[in-house]
Amino acid sequence: MDSTSKPATHPEPFLGRGHTMAGVTDKISSIVLARGLKRGWIVGLMISFALTMVLFISVAWLFAKGVGIWGIEIPVAWGFAIVNFVWWIGIGHAGTLISAILLLLRQEWRTSINRFAEAMTLFAVACAGLFPLLHLGRPEFFYWLAPYPNTMTLWPQFRSPLIWDFFAVATYATTSFLFWYVGLIPDLATLRDRAKRPFSQIVYGILAMGWRGSARHWRRYQDAYLLLAALATPLVVSVHSVVSLDFAVSIIPGWHSTVFPPYFVAGAIYSGFAMVLTLAIPLRAAYGLEEYVTDRHLDNMAKVMLASGLVVAYGYLTETFTAWYSGHDEEWFLIVNRALGPYGWLYWLLLASNILIPQALWFASVRRNVYALFGLSLVINLGMWLERFIIVVVSLHRDFLPSSWEIYAPTFWDWSTFVGTIGLFAALMFLFIRFLPMISIFEMREMVEEHSEPSPSGRGQGEGA
Amino acid sequence: MPVDTNQFGILAEFADAEALVEATARVYDAGYREMEAYSPLAVEGLPEALGFRRTGLPLVVLVGGIVGCLSGFALQYWTTVVAYPLNIGGRPLVSWPSWIPVMFEMTVLVAVLSAVLGMLAMNGLPRPHHPLFAIPAFDRATQDRFFLCVLARDPRYDPRTTRELLERLGAKEVTDVPQ
Repeated sequence: MDSTSKPATHPEPFLGRGHTMAGVTDKISSIVLARGLKRGWIVGLMISFALTMVLFISVAWLFAKGVGIWGIEIPVAWGFAIVNFVWWIGIGHAGTLISAILLLLRQEWRTSINRFAEAMTLFAVACAGLFPLLHLGRPEFFYWLAPYPNTMTLWPQFRSPLIWDFFAVATYATTSFLFWYVGLIPDLATLRDRAKRPFSQIVYGILAMGWRGSARHWRRYQDAYLLLAALATPLVVSVHSVVSLDFAVSIIPGWHSTVFPPYFVAGAIYSGFAMVLTLAIPLRAAYGLEEYVTDRHLDNMAKVMLASGLVVAYGYLTETFTAWYSGHDEEWFLIVNRALGPYGWLYWLLLASNILIPQALWFASVRRNVYALFGLSLVINLGMWLERFIIVVVSLHRDFLPSSWEIYAPTFWDWSTFVGTIGLFAALMFLFIRFLPMISIFEMREMVEEHSEPSPSGRGQGEGA
Repeated sequence: MPVDTNQFGILAEFADAEALVEATARVYDAGYREMEAYSPLAVEGLPEALGFRRTGLPLVVLVGGIVGCLSGFALQYWTTVVAYPLNIGGRPLVSWPSWIPVMFEMTVLVAVLSAVLGMLAMNGLPRPHHPLFAIPAFDRATQDRFFLCVLARDPRYDPRTTRELLERLGAKEVTDVPQ
């Protein structure tokens, strides 16, 4: 309703007028190069570092005692570790989506959010990658997953989705890192050239690898960046599809479903955009970046979230319909147990937070209200975590054999490990925003160059070449 | 013309991207080939003005992707058929449909690595030091200024006439770059 009241007017630009190359360069790089630390930053890092310590303690205790300190049991052998793994890796997907897919689609609004979304991907994948290793039971043998010649003459089972998962996540982590780093190179050179202190000059200088903006370098750089985006696009779809195959290839009711890959990918994008908003809204307020991350950026992200949320809702619907239509007793029992069983309240909470409440995003007034948007992003983060909990725990706790039914309850160590990874994620984010430019400086310069030209005639000659 | 071994080249600063592209094209027309332009962002038409057209990087990435795909297949074929055959309900050992995910991931992984390493190698990076880094004004090549450097190794290079040419083309500042 709201959006139709102001129709044909030109939408507000992603970057206002009056910006210069020197201006954007100075604004973004001085966040990093300024001396001293902001009080809010110190407090934030302190809290998140304390939580990181909680993670380290939990992991140390886990290594000492084994996975028995967690609530996992038979039949719920997967528990929190896998819930958290899927949740974190899903969050990572929005970063790749923003940086790769929106680049290929030439969506210029990605420019001011891609850098920290990519960093978010990297840190989320790091948190995700911890869980399967911790869950191994004998984490010291994690390298057995890799195919390498060994004295046992054992090789991985390549028909198993768990090995596909290892390859997918390892490739995803590598690609995300390289994409992020390649994107940083010109900005690191800017920081090198602007830094006043020798130490900063040396560190940024080493990281920039001698970038000097040569035209030939730029051409190869652009080729490489576009190719990376083109490679990352199918990769990101494959990663969560492979994660979903960990479930779908099994025969457990609630897992054995062909809708899983697309439904998981949509859920990943949904939770990822929610996390981008959770980070972007406080960050832009804290660093005064409203002119770069405008309300229109938030509005666009909210729209992507709404669309992917509807795909997720369709996934829930299909699951339920298929269970009924299959005429399979165990499948249908799972649906009834999901809604009315011991964990039923979580299912209704899931439906509320993933489907019902986000419908508010249809209203432009909600999408334009940062507080509402921030609140919604937290609700969706919670909802997506609940979704994974329901898929993992509720499907397992009552399967084919009633004699083995159990109630799963997480222990203190389950919670401390989970909260600890949130701390690790936040601590890495805090370090990132202090030491690296959170907005891509050179891409902002390109935006300035494209937008600042008052008369198109002045450009004609240069572009014709 | 004798080559001055103490000289790297001559650096001209321009106000904006259009001026740089224009000047580069004119210097190229004047017969200079050993030159390089520097800008804080990728400027359309600038590589072409330097006579640089194709990068060859896409080919490197294609080869990398093919190598990755084939090595993914070879790895799985060898381990499941030769090194560690497992008879699972009499199903064929060459269970290639279940190898697709790993082949795909290997394709992407090797292609990505060849894109990044190929880009760096072709660009001659990392290169910690470069004669231009000694020029204070060049710091702004990564911020908001545009530069053209004619290298001393160009056969047409002459300290005086090259400088005059660059000044005539509207350079704001022309600096000698020592080796």
